[in-house]
Amino acid sequence: MAETLNFELVSPEKLLLSEVVLDVTVPGSEGEFGVFPRHAPFITTLKPGILKVNMANGETREIVVRGGFAEAGPEALTVLAEQATPVEEIDTAALETDIRDASDDVKDASDDEARNKAQARLDQLRELQGLLARR
Amino acid sequence: MPSLKDLRNRIASVTATRKITKAMQMVAAAKLRRAQTAADAARPYAERMGTVLGNLAAGIGDQPGAPKLLVGTGDDQTHLLVVCTAERGLCGGFNSAIAKLARDRANELIGQGKTVKIVCVGRKGHDILKRLFASQIVDFIDFRAVRQVGFEHADQVGAKVRELFEAGEFDVCTLFFSTFKSVVSQIPTARQLIPAEFDGDAADGAGASYEYEPDEEAILAELLPRNISVQIFRALLENAAGEQGARMSAMDNATRNAGDMIDKLTLSYNRQRQAQITKELIEIISGAEAL
Repeated sequence: MAETLNFELVSPEKLLLSEVVLDVTVPGSEGEFGVFPRHAPFITTLKPGILKVNMANGETREIVVRGGFAEAGPEALTVLAEQATPVEEIDTAALETDIRDASDDVKDASDDEARNKAQARLDQLRELQGLLARR
Repeated sequence: MPSLKDLRNRIASVTATRKITKAMQMVAAAKLRRAQTAADAARPYAERMGTVLGNLAAGIGDQPGAPKLLVGTGDDQTHLLVVCTAERGLCGGFNSAIAKLARDRANELIGQGKTVKIVCVGRKGHDILKRLFASQIVDFIDFRAVRQVGFEHADQVGAKVRELFEAGEFDVCTLFFSTFKSVVSQIPTARQLIPAEFDGDAADGAGASYEYEPDEEAILAELLPRNISVQIFRALLENAAGEQGARMSAMDNATRNAGDMIDKLTLSYNRQRQAQITKELIEIISGAEAL
């Protein structure tokens, strides 16, 4: 039997998912990464993106996460997401609004640092929209 | 001595009151269950957050460049008290217990010559505190329109606190709320938010050496502000459960008292009725005898 990993997805409001999984792909802020059993201890922040879960029973789940962080260890992976929605339930209109807000932020930014931050956020949201559109 | 009609009216009014308190008790019981589930569901996130932050803080705590949210401004002249209470009354001593704790702390700090600023979350606490500390209250947030507290509401309060901190408005921030221990017991609690304090379990986790991406400071800089909102969220949920618990037991008491009152009133009503009948009989009989 293949090795497995305990995966937990938590949002501030509740525990969304607690499963035994084979591997998980996580959208880290420095790039996407896969977590398999026996992963080295690792903590990273997340960017908006799609979390792919391969469960031990053969099912796969895809969940859109927005911000938060992930803590990986040899036996367990915990994702603390600020927002998490299954791909099927994602509200594209709300995402659209967020993108509009983000581009307004870029325009309104008072200094370079704020502008870079807002731009980075806008790019991440656009990328997420692109990913969702391609499905 | 109240007349028979007065007694009848009073019995009717107390019966109506009992009906209301009974209904309120049942509503509170139903809401309590929901609030408790919400509080339980939120616990894993807050716990994880605490552990991870504790680990990070243990590694970074003493360095000179550590974030201010973690180590504070190095001063403790100005204190911000965030007082979370309920929006509605009729829940026993729930609101006043929290307000009393905050008031005692504020008086103690003022006595030591510190400056105190207060942010009220919830209408009831504001009502109590504004009489004593009208000039110290810098902000008042009420969630009267909110039915179920969500993370975004806590974040709203958190954003306010962070804004004040960044503007250098205070040095130490303490959160006041009520810990939900059981239906009959809620403990008013003060918890320090800034500089951040962590639960005891941080030390044992420090053994696992994590790799961080981006780096530790960047993660810490992102997590610390969020931690404030998470702590406030937790406080609000505890409060929501506590409020319903307190209201439930207060209304249970009120229902019982109303029952006792009805029994007492009915007894004196019956006595008086009988006395009157006896009196009338005597009048008739003595009238008949006189003939």
